[in-house]
Amino acid sequence: MITQPNQPVFHTSGLTKTYHQGEVQVHALRGVDLDLYAGELVVMLGASGSGKSTLLNILGGLDVPTSGEVKYLDTDLTRATDKELTRYRRDYVGFVFQFYNLIPSLTARENVIAVTEIARNPMEPDAALELVGLANRADHFPAQLSGGEQQRVAIARAIAKQPNVLLCDEPTGALDSATGILVLAALEKANRETGTTTVIITHNASIAQMADRVITLSDGTISGEHHNATRQDPRSLSW
Amino acid sequence: MRGQMLAIALVIAGGIAVCLMSLVNYSSLSATRSQYYQQHQFADVFVSLKRAPRHLLQQVTQIPGVTRVSGRVEGGAKLEVAGFDDPVSAHLVSVPETGQPEVNQLYLRHGRLPEISRSDEVTIIGSFADAHGLQLDDQLNAIINGRRQTLTIVGIAESPEFIYVIPPGGMLPDYQRFGVLWMSQAGLAAAMDMKGAFNSLVLQTAPNRPVEDVIDQLDRLLERYGTTGAYARADQFSHRFLSDELEQLKAMAIIFPAIFMGVAMFLLNVVVGRLISTQREVIAVLKAFGYSNRQIGWHYSQLVLSIALAGLLIGTLAGLWLGRMLGGLYIEYYRFPELLFRISPLWVLALAFVSLSAAWLGGWRSIRQAASLPPAEAMQPEAPARYQVTLPERWLSWVRFQQPSRMIVRQLARRPGRTALSIAGIAMATAIVVVGNFQFSSVSLMVHTQFGRVQQQDLTVTLTDPVNQSALYAMARQPGVLYTEGRRQVAIELVNGHRRWRTALTGIPEHAELQFVVDKNLNTVSIPPVGLLLTDYLAVALNISPGDQVQVRVLDGQRLSLQLPVAGISSEFLGVGAYMSLAAMNQALREGPVVNQVLLNLDPDLVDTVYRDLRNTPRVLGTALRQAMLDSFFETLASTFLTYTFIISLLGGIIAFGVIYNTARISLAERGRDLASLRVLGYSHNEVSHILLGELAILLILGIPLGWGIGFGLANLVITALQTELYRVPLVITGKTLALAANVVVASALLSGFITWLRLRKLDLVAVLKTRE
Repeated sequence: MITQPNQPVFHTSGLTKTYHQGEVQVHALRGVDLDLYAGELVVMLGASGSGKSTLLNILGGLDVPTSGEVKYLDTDLTRATDKELTRYRRDYVGFVFQFYNLIPSLTARENVIAVTEIARNPMEPDAALELVGLANRADHFPAQLSGGEQQRVAIARAIAKQPNVLLCDEPTGALDSATGILVLAALEKANRETGTTTVIITHNASIAQMADRVITLSDGTISGEHHNATRQDPRSLSW
Repeated sequence: MRGQMLAIALVIAGGIAVCLMSLVNYSSLSATRSQYYQQHQFADVFVSLKRAPRHLLQQVTQIPGVTRVSGRVEGGAKLEVAGFDDPVSAHLVSVPETGQPEVNQLYLRHGRLPEISRSDEVTIIGSFADAHGLQLDDQLNAIINGRRQTLTIVGIAESPEFIYVIPPGGMLPDYQRFGVLWMSQAGLAAAMDMKGAFNSLVLQTAPNRPVEDVIDQLDRLLERYGTTGAYARADQFSHRFLSDELEQLKAMAIIFPAIFMGVAMFLLNVVVGRLISTQREVIAVLKAFGYSNRQIGWHYSQLVLSIALAGLLIGTLAGLWLGRMLGGLYIEYYRFPELLFRISPLWVLALAFVSLSAAWLGGWRSIRQAASLPPAEAMQPEAPARYQVTLPERWLSWVRFQQPSRMIVRQLARRPGRTALSIAGIAMATAIVVVGNFQFSSVSLMVHTQFGRVQQQDLTVTLTDPVNQSALYAMARQPGVLYTEGRRQVAIELVNGHRRWRTALTGIPEHAELQFVVDKNLNTVSIPPVGLLLTDYLAVALNISPGDQVQVRVLDGQRLSLQLPVAGISSEFLGVGAYMSLAAMNQALREGPVVNQVLLNLDPDLVDTVYRDLRNTPRVLGTALRQAMLDSFFETLASTFLTYTFIISLLGGIIAFGVIYNTARISLAERGRDLASLRVLGYSHNEVSHILLGELAILLILGIPLGWGIGFGLANLVITALQTELYRVPLVITGKTLALAANVVVASALLSGFITWLRLRKLDLVAVLKTRE
């Protein structure tokens, strides 16, 4: 898909999401207007319950908004069918999750292949593992890897298909800070070298310094936004 | 979980239902029979003889141990039933002047016994009345001892002697063409030229006296009156047939439920194990609150026990219902006054106890695990599953496996025990259907062989006395008769040491074209010039092999005792017997070239003419029609078999469903997270379903052929167990049987696969990402 210079990769307007949790009605998003641009590394900050994960799930085609509009380039995700969303995830989106979500019965390499064998333009699985520094652990099963290693396999799996967007939901949430930094470095490297639009959501404000742009969410709306003059190397971060 | 619980409960119910159905019928039939025997004074000893004066009965009563005696006249008759052209034969039995006989009293359904003074009154057996819709005051034309008589029906009755009514020389009941008639002593004696005499004796003995002593004394006393030898109740045809049936019911009450409970135990083990692993945290919290191990154990035991109780309840209701249904079939088949519906509460309690214990044992491993889990450990999530590259993948390293295929193989390999049991469960389901269905092909083959290959005559005519073979020529010239073949048949007792067997010896002409003796491969066995051919079943029972000498006691005529060599073994499916060359037999019996049975082939257009002629031919005792035998067989047995087949297939389906549905649901539960992860990564619903359903497919591919094998083995066991004197079912498993078994299992698999597929659709992708395994 060709990207126009100023056309945003994602465009949302008036995005709301309401769902029922037991008998309580939760307004997760209350009108979000947002544009994300090609090659950007965006960090979305917000407390738990601010709606950041809901927003990411809608951007990633895992969920649909209650009202408003969300577009990926020219594709309207608002009213896409399950089949169309599956296609969208398969072709354009790379995901990294807090709990890695690796397939335990497949080795690191096979976890990557599971994605590359259904992708349209994948890179070599081993090259993806190389990129996250795990070439030597390719034949290990998830149960044989540390948390940080598992998360890096997940990143390798996400970037191996050469996605247009990389969506990361609390990628360091389950890791200690030293390991978390390794993971962030891998994400930063992937963003820099492949030019993939990358969104990282986190409640950890320290991470914001590695971003091009930082968006803050609270209570289902965007409450702040700023650009960093320079992206900091994740290795200089600490928390 | 509800579906899974129900599936397990159904499997338990299946076992309980079959067990209860068999038990109900076993105890109902046993109780009905003993009450019937007792109330109607069923005989302990039976004798038939040529002719003895009635005053001899006085001496019979004086034999120590004899308590009640009835001397009777028995005979045969040909009947004409209005509107029914086929030949009909009847067995006649006299009833005394005093009304009910001392022994073998009748149960009157309608009407009364014939009056003493009336020689034209008969009471007929219920089976015959039902088959022709005969009622009181209807008339029958009979030819008794060559004389035509018109008989009026005054009663319809049953007798403990004829619970299973089968024509003489026949193998299967034929209620239309054979009946039992009771006439007054005076009337029947007059017709049979038996005035002041009897030719049949039935008696009861004191329970503390060995029957053998009475039999010995009777044989000595009646020897010069042409006795064919006294025999005990155990050898009485109707009694023995029913006893065989009861034995089969007992076997069924054990075998099938054992399979079902085994499968249920496995399923409970897996399902409860899974449930407990998802409820670790709950268990931990309960323990932290101070619940004891015993309380936790009891909590999960209650779950297991309530599944078993549900199964018990459904199974009991279904079993009682099936029992009644089967009872209904039995009552059509066996002539009882009424079927007492009996089931000992003790048995039901025992069954309940066994099934609850089996269920609890099935869940025991998991329950114990839950109970003994330390709370701190229970709070932790379960350790991640360990996988490895499987052997098949190493062997097939040159194959480029798709990752979903790898997931399937590794999942199966991770729990080899469970996988093996799932395969075994599917195999048992397949095997049950095979066992339930092969009998039909086997019995069909048996019957078709018997009547298509072994007995090719259209009609078998039994004569009252032997006639010279030249009479056959006269018969062959009658209109409608295409071909005749004569045979000689006498009742004999074969004796080898202490082993004895009463059967018939048949003399077969040298170039027999209508009825042969065949070997195991259905090839005709040529009749040796000297010596006997014995049915294999008989040879085993008497412990005789070819080359041995056997004592042959002729129970007829001059009552000769011969020593004859056994020249060979034959193999029939139906009945047992001894065969020899007609010429050799005539010579051994010191008689001329005589026959007493004629086999006929008929011109299909002139069949009725032949029947009419035969009816009016004196000395014709009875006739047996091939087509009629076949028809009656398929009417009675086939319908029973179809019901049975249906029930068994249903049970096989229940097992298959129970196993496959639970396997699929557990897989879904254990791997929901993986599957959802793949969905998030862009796998479509069908691609993900492939992983789950592919696993089932592998289980089926391995389980079904194994089930065929097990079915074959079980069928072999059943065949061996079902070998009786009456018939030996050959083991025939057709492609159709195998296909049916596979289809039943695959249909159950499709159903459970479909339910799982729907469940998979509802998988909440977002929720999965939020939780840690």
